[in-house]
Amino acid sequence: MEQLEKPHLTMGAVISRLASPARAAPRATADPAWLRCLLLAVAVIFLSVFLLVPLAAVFTEALRRGVGAYFSAFASDETRAAIKLTFLTAAIAVPLNLVFGVAASWAIAKFQFRGKSLLMTLIDLPFAVSPVISGLVYVLLFGAQGWLGPWLEAHDITIIFAVPGIVLATIFVTFPFVARELIPIMQAQGTDEEMAAITLGASGWQTFRRVTLPNIKWGLFYGVILCNARAMGEFGAVSVVSGHIRGETNTIPLQVEILYNEYNFVAAFAVASLLALLAMATIVLKAIVERKAHEA
Amino acid sequence: MTIALKSPRRVLPGFGLSLGFTLLYLGLIVLLPLSATVIKTLGLTWGQFWQEATSPRVLASYRLSFGASLLAAGLNTGFGFIVAWVLVRYSFPGKRIFDGLVDLPFALPTAVAGIALTAVYAPHGWIGRWLEPLGIQAAFSRLGVLIALTFIGLPFVVRTLQPVLEDLEPEMEEAAACLGANRLQTLRRVILPELLPTLLTGFALAFARALGEYGSVVFISGNLPMRTEITPLLIITKLEQYDYRGATALAVVMLAASFCVLLVINLLQKWSNWRNRI
Amino acid sequence: MSVEATDIRKTFGAANVLDGVNLNAKSGRLTALLGPSGSGKTTLLRIIAGLDHADAGSGRISFHGHDVTGVPAGLRKVGFVFQNYALFRHMTVFENIAFGLKVRRRRERPARGEIAERVNKLLKLVQLDEFSNRYPTQLSGGQRQRVALARALAVEPEVLLLDEPFGALDAKVRKELRRWLRRLHDEVHLTTIFVTHDQEEALEIADEVVIMNQARIEQAGTPQEVYDRPATPFVYQFLGNVNVFREQSLALAGNGTYFHPGSLVAGGLVYVRPHDVEIVPHEPGVDGIPAIVRHVHTAGPLARLTLEQVQTHEPVDAEISRMELDQLGLQPNDLVLLRLRQTRSFKHDYAL
Repeated sequence: MEQLEKPHLTMGAVISRLASPARAAPRATADPAWLRCLLLAVAVIFLSVFLLVPLAAVFTEALRRGVGAYFSAFASDETRAAIKLTFLTAAIAVPLNLVFGVAASWAIAKFQFRGKSLLMTLIDLPFAVSPVISGLVYVLLFGAQGWLGPWLEAHDITIIFAVPGIVLATIFVTFPFVARELIPIMQAQGTDEEMAAITLGASGWQTFRRVTLPNIKWGLFYGVILCNARAMGEFGAVSVVSGHIRGETNTIPLQVEILYNEYNFVAAFAVASLLALLAMATIVLKAIVERKAHEA
Repeated sequence: MTIALKSPRRVLPGFGLSLGFTLLYLGLIVLLPLSATVIKTLGLTWGQFWQEATSPRVLASYRLSFGASLLAAGLNTGFGFIVAWVLVRYSFPGKRIFDGLVDLPFALPTAVAGIALTAVYAPHGWIGRWLEPLGIQAAFSRLGVLIALTFIGLPFVVRTLQPVLEDLEPEMEEAAACLGANRLQTLRRVILPELLPTLLTGFALAFARALGEYGSVVFISGNLPMRTEITPLLIITKLEQYDYRGATALAVVMLAASFCVLLVINLLQKWSNWRNRI
Repeated sequence: MSVEATDIRKTFGAANVLDGVNLNAKSGRLTALLGPSGSGKTTLLRIIAGLDHADAGSGRISFHGHDVTGVPAGLRKVGFVFQNYALFRHMTVFENIAFGLKVRRRRERPARGEIAERVNKLLKLVQLDEFSNRYPTQLSGGQRQRVALARALAVEPEVLLLDEPFGALDAKVRKELRRWLRRLHDEVHLTTIFVTHDQEEALEIADEVVIMNQARIEQAGTPQEVYDRPATPFVYQFLGNVNVFREQSLALAGNGTYFHPGSLVAGGLVYVRPHDVEIVPHEPGVDGIPAIVRHVHTAGPLARLTLEQVQTHEPVDAEISRMELDQLGLQPNDLVLLRLRQTRSFKHDYAL
């Protein structure tokens, strides 16, 4: 049987790995005690300085003027429009990427064909490409001076500097997440169960629904969570295509930028804290999913 | 829906459908826009391209982007190794929290990270206030860029190393110990060579991520042209000035760099698989 | 260099792995630690090597009278060969074997030329001279095992410990390699202890066999001793096939002249090996246990018969030569009498 690729060293696989909390560690090697203390101290200090402190800063700054000021940040119409747009974008991008992710991982994990690693590299692309460039390529395609620009103008369709552009850019940046989460899982599970179902007379859809889906449900759930977190938080790509039209083409991250540049720090951090909470929820959900997946 | 074997080779159904949809999606979302970039670039002559891609301001931004990304990736590789080692091999209170925390730069939107880091390292910030008396300016300087890029790449090395460290055969270290090697020798001669492809991959991933990073850097860097301006920001600036030619040229350079890094990562994976074959 | 382990106790969590074990491996001899998985043999070996430690307050390990319990593994002058070889994958065969010499402190480290000489001599010893520049992944299982052995020998240990050295190999390679190990031992005369679950292996090459079961040592002795005079029911059944006869079957069958007198424990069980079961045709006036032939298997060097005792309906396995089978002309459902040659009697059955 052909050796399945070791998934964990590609970019996307590392991204999807960014979930697993350490499994049961092997028997501790006999590092001398002083070394253990030193390494532990270095690691903890490094992590605290780079991670803990900035995270705490978000909430500290948001609450600097008190709880009242915190909540009034959400009262502004612009901010509310930004929140609505962000949710709308996620609501479109995530399901589409979910379908893509399932289709791609089915094709890649269950079949052998030439060009598979090229395909996987293509799927990894958004991870290696700067978000700014991700946005830029859409401007070059759909913008007024873009390739399809004149055609779109003739038909009175605006994509860039409008909501559709934002949605497209978000899709581009987040489409690998579900796929990259599912592929290693499905590869590891192999094709035996599906083969068995086929021999027992199940159709393709039945096999998928009753055999494959239950096996991948936790990975799927987690991929969706990650995709969603990234969709709501994407900044660079959306910044390029949105045009920053207040109240219309601003997402939450863009709104944060605007507030910050206006020196409205408390409001900026208050809105940012929403995303920070989302990030923390994502991390916690990851841990739960990992535990469930191991129990299963 | 009955299943008839469509071709003698494929027993499981749905290949055509799944692959077809995948390719369609990829084509529309990825390939089409990318080719637009290429075509736009073709609108430039070589001379124009070269001029746009190597003007002094642009070169300064390359130096910063590439230089800081390399340095940040290096920092992350060194410290990331320690963090991964500690998380895999030691137990301590709060370990699960720290382990989850490693994912923060990945889960946190870049803009939020940007303003948070700026707040922390600004002259009156929590850490900035300790650095100022020492004459070190963290925010609005290249150091700030370095800090932001280190933040963003942190999970990559740690998460790449963790599974490999977990799978490391303890017997090899025991064998080395039996043969008389002390811990340092074992680390240098036995463990690190085993981990080399993984370390390099983590480095490459962190580097690739840092290279293209925008959101977390633009707040803390101050964006002074020729000093603290990273290439992605320069691209946006050119776009806002409707300098499509310039923006496209830069984008092509960065895309080329991204492809190179992806290729390196792919090769590293092949190398690692070759080494790990039984 | 003799090895003594005194009163070793080890628990892993709730499980009792070694329960006050005492071992004495004589200098220059090849000792086998034999037992099923979970008997504690590997743990004992690792404690001797210094890779694990006995529970606090228990146990002492002495090499030739010197207490080495507190000495770390690298300083005990022990060569350890792991079950899965644990070769350094990124080093060549040469570098693997040279490793122990290269990591010595500067004062004790031999010169490059001398290291090369020693390594080459070892390569010759294990018959792998042409493989010096190969990587472990390019070698077969048997070859890797020999590299692991050479690597352990390179540091001139005083005790050689092997953990299931042939466990990962197929049967034929296993046989060849264990005989090769015996020959090597005869040349080198190093105190060697090896762990195995294969009784054939232990009985064939060891000078002394130590049988372990469930955290204890059941018996220690030469292969001959443990096979012919097993001390416990466990040892008996572990070293070969066994038939168990209850007192009832024997009492009903006669006056006791057909089994070894003096070996019946009152109220106990009688153990007989299949090849010690003699089959005679059923005739009146002859003493024996009546039994009916159920199955006759003749594919192989011996004829194996399965019989059923008439009185108790319990099965009996017997092994006789093909020639005897032909002489007796046995068929299924024939009625015969069983006579027992060598027997052992124990109070209780063995614990599984």
